[in-house]
Amino acid sequence: MAAANIVVSETPLVLYALRRGDDALILGHRLSEWCGHAPAMEEDMALANMGLDLLGQARELYAYAAKVEGKDNDEDKFAYLRHVRQYRNLLLVEQPNGDFARTMVRQFFYAAFADLYWRAMMASADPTLAAIAAKSEKESAYHLRHTSEWIVRLGDGTEESHRRAQTAIDDLWAFTGEMFAVDGSERGLIDAGIATDPAVLQPRWLKTVTGVVNEATLSLPTSSWMQQGGRSGRHSEHLGHLLSELQSLQRTFPGATW
Amino acid sequence: MYTQALNTSDGDDRAVEDAARAAEFQARIDQDERIEPNDWMPAAYRKTLTRQISQHAHSEIVGMLPEGNWITRAPSLRRKAALLAKVQDECGHGLYLYAAAETLGTSREELVDAMLAGKAKYSSIFNYPTLTWADIGTIGWLVDGAAIMNQIPLCRCSYGPYARAMIRVCKEESFHQRQGFEIMVTLCRGTAEQKAMAQNALDRWWWPVLMMFGPPDQASQHGDTSTRWKIKRFSNDELRQKFVDATVPQAQFLGLTIPDPGMKQNENGNWEYSPIDWEEFKQVLAGNGPCNRDRLAARRKAHEEGAWVREAAMAYAEKRKSRQLAQAAE
Repeated sequence: MAAANIVVSETPLVLYALRRGDDALILGHRLSEWCGHAPAMEEDMALANMGLDLLGQARELYAYAAKVEGKDNDEDKFAYLRHVRQYRNLLLVEQPNGDFARTMVRQFFYAAFADLYWRAMMASADPTLAAIAAKSEKESAYHLRHTSEWIVRLGDGTEESHRRAQTAIDDLWAFTGEMFAVDGSERGLIDAGIATDPAVLQPRWLKTVTGVVNEATLSLPTSSWMQQGGRSGRHSEHLGHLLSELQSLQRTFPGATW
Repeated sequence: MYTQALNTSDGDDRAVEDAARAAEFQARIDQDERIEPNDWMPAAYRKTLTRQISQHAHSEIVGMLPEGNWITRAPSLRRKAALLAKVQDECGHGLYLYAAAETLGTSREELVDAMLAGKAKYSSIFNYPTLTWADIGTIGWLVDGAAIMNQIPLCRCSYGPYARAMIRVCKEESFHQRQGFEIMVTLCRGTAEQKAMAQNALDRWWWPVLMMFGPPDQASQHGDTSTRWKIKRFSNDELRQKFVDATVPQAQFLGLTIPDPGMKQNENGNWEYSPIDWEEFKQVLAGNGPCNRDRLAARRKAHEEGAWVREAAMAYAEKRKSRQLAQAAE
């Protein structure tokens, strides 16, 4: 039997949970790639910590998506048996680690959003999402603090670290707009009080990000062009490679239990 | 993850120590008192412990690599989270142990530099590759199992900071060992391919794991001083035997065959194993194991590529300090 891709009934709520679950899994996976290779042992610990938080969020969101969908799917089927076009994560989180500055900037942009997003989601009319939000908010607040401190150190550290941090900001900036986009599938959930409207969070996100970037003596690009597509499965070239690694055992030994 | 019996003490250094103090020191050890960082201690005791603890720390850090090799390919989200947490624990052990070694007067930087320069040893078990997922189970089951055998006695080591570090480390290691065994149980109850994968991993790891306990007692040159100082409480062969006796029934439970056709149980109930190929051990120690070069290269790469980050952190801290001083002066 081949390890066929699963079929997902993407009702708005299933899709909503999968999108956030995919964000968390893919970003957590990226952080786990650092394990054993970080610039300092303390940072190896911190990157693994954040990765573990995100993996935990992904599992909860997948479990909820499976429950809402009510089919035969589960967290592992969502993670291991969907192909690249079925993944619904933001383009930002699938971007390669690059150097430490790029990893930190990626994490900072995301955490500054996640911190606001999960805090708002604690008021969700959906009790499961509200509970996931309550836990994720605490984690995101730490991720934001940790990455903000690094952005300031790197920006205001040496010439080299400044240059690397600025390059990372310039390269990743175009992936930030997608965090605030809303499509038809989510609009109904927002109206029902199940989802929060991310567009509302954007000014506060920008304020947080600008504050840290200024303190770091760095600057934000003036370009307003934003890349999108992750939410509907149009990804960058990077995600396919990540998935071929992540899914290799499940694809090589179809149907086995691990 | 674990230390191995590579450690030797330097008898010559002792000659210069003040005899009365040395006698007093030995009397404290004999009464099972703990030696603390500010206490007087023979230079050779300090040197032996610095080497042993730092080798142990290096082993934890290098030991992150073979298992880290499978984090991105772990076959389920539960396994992925458990493995990432486990490798993170090892990093924590490394940090903890470097801190214990620093209490003896050598900085972490110096210790790490010696490792990166290839001058300091780490456990040779990590110079073997992790080829399949079953290797992750086997490492937990056997490598962590052997580490626990080695480390439980170290919880009573005469040097306080090391003994206390070991108590915490052992708790986590025993969790890792159970996790590894559980991976093996799952594989052995799985498909024929999974079972074969488990057997193959055992075949490859069994002998290197037995070597983790160090050379046979008859060839070991320096056991005496470490024993007298209560750093080492059991001989290499004693610990190896204990490990084999504990492991054989576990392999039987799994339905796996230990790759030693000559192995038999004697009248005392101990499992007698065939002679170990110490030439292989020597070769791996000499740098000729399958992964020696890869492991060191990976550690050096992380260190070199992280240099600008550490420099940035230092530069920022300096700037901040001088800004605060300037502010205070206003």
